[in-house]
Amino acid sequence: MRSELQEIWVYLSTTPLLGLTVTLCAYVLGYHLYRKCRFNPLLNPVLVAVLVLVALLLASETPYSRYFEGAQFVHFMLGPATVALAVPLYRHFHLVRRSALALGVALGCGSVTAVLSGVGIAWVLGASRETLLSLAPKSVTTPVAMGIAEQIGGLPSLTAVLVILSGITGAALGTFTLNIVRVKDWRARGTAMGVASHGIGTARAFTVNEVAGAFSSLAMGLNALATAILVPVLIALLT
Amino acid sequence: MIESLTVLLVCQLVGEVIARASGAPLPGPVIGMAILFVGLALRGRVPEPLQETTRSILDHLSLLFVPAGVGVMIYLPLIADEWLPIAAAIVIGTLITIAVTAWIMNVLLGRTGRSEDTGGREK
Repeated sequence: MRSELQEIWVYLSTTPLLGLTVTLCAYVLGYHLYRKCRFNPLLNPVLVAVLVLVALLLASETPYSRYFEGAQFVHFMLGPATVALAVPLYRHFHLVRRSALALGVALGCGSVTAVLSGVGIAWVLGASRETLLSLAPKSVTTPVAMGIAEQIGGLPSLTAVLVILSGITGAALGTFTLNIVRVKDWRARGTAMGVASHGIGTARAFTVNEVAGAFSSLAMGLNALATAILVPVLIALLT
Repeated sequence: MIESLTVLLVCQLVGEVIARASGAPLPGPVIGMAILFVGLALRGRVPEPLQETTRSILDHLSLLFVPAGVGVMIYLPLIADEWLPIAAAIVIGTLITIAVTAWIMNVLLGRTGRSEDTGGREK
């Protein structure tokens, strides 16, 4: 019996089916919990699903690379999903056009704040030069952030982790921050999430309000561009 | 559904090609988003199937970040040595950025006139 089970496990663990299925199960679990707690941001489904999956992988001693063979099918959908953000953006574009000036100024200030606050705090606390450079593009969507890190001499793989962690932080704690500064306007709330927490913040914004989601999508895209231009300039000025 | 997915993938593919060819500091999918946006603007409306497909994808956008999120586990040792500055930079830095961006935009929107249909506060 035991050897039979072991055979099944050996078979399953080499197919992509298992990685894909556990990813969906962990997310469905996280999502139900999220909905049951009325979309409390602390129970962010990415956070819950990641914790569950990491625990499972560690317990079963499954390497990440094997898990990813299955999970890559979900990961792949990030591309088409990013393209799909054009639809809500188009539907709410009249609002974007009317607030273009405010959006542009907020985006510029937000972009500078994201880079300087992250690098500044880590510098004060004594982080190494490589870590500082890897932190600079942490608020930008992953592929761009990794490109920037490489260009300025940071570690792209470290940056990828910092990007994900910044996204989850914003998605989980952004709502409270926005309530503390008493900003109620969905356009401003969405823009802030997109600038600070890229796609994961945008996903949270869409859960809450479609206008916020549309502004967050746009802010994420524009912030990628702004940061890619800004970071090399700031690094040159500061070093 | 299949047609809409094809449209999304074609936009991404063209975006990918433009990104590589131009060396622009933007990922292919973001350029693909701009291409689809221009397409919709030229057409003047969102076709119903595309609307439905994109809604079902975006309703669970969070799911798509899970595999990359799990990847954090293999890089945790990279963070271990300097966990304090990194944790502080991420948490405080991200929240300061959210506060500053939202506050500035809110002030500027207030000056240019706020539209009544976007106010509100989540629970």
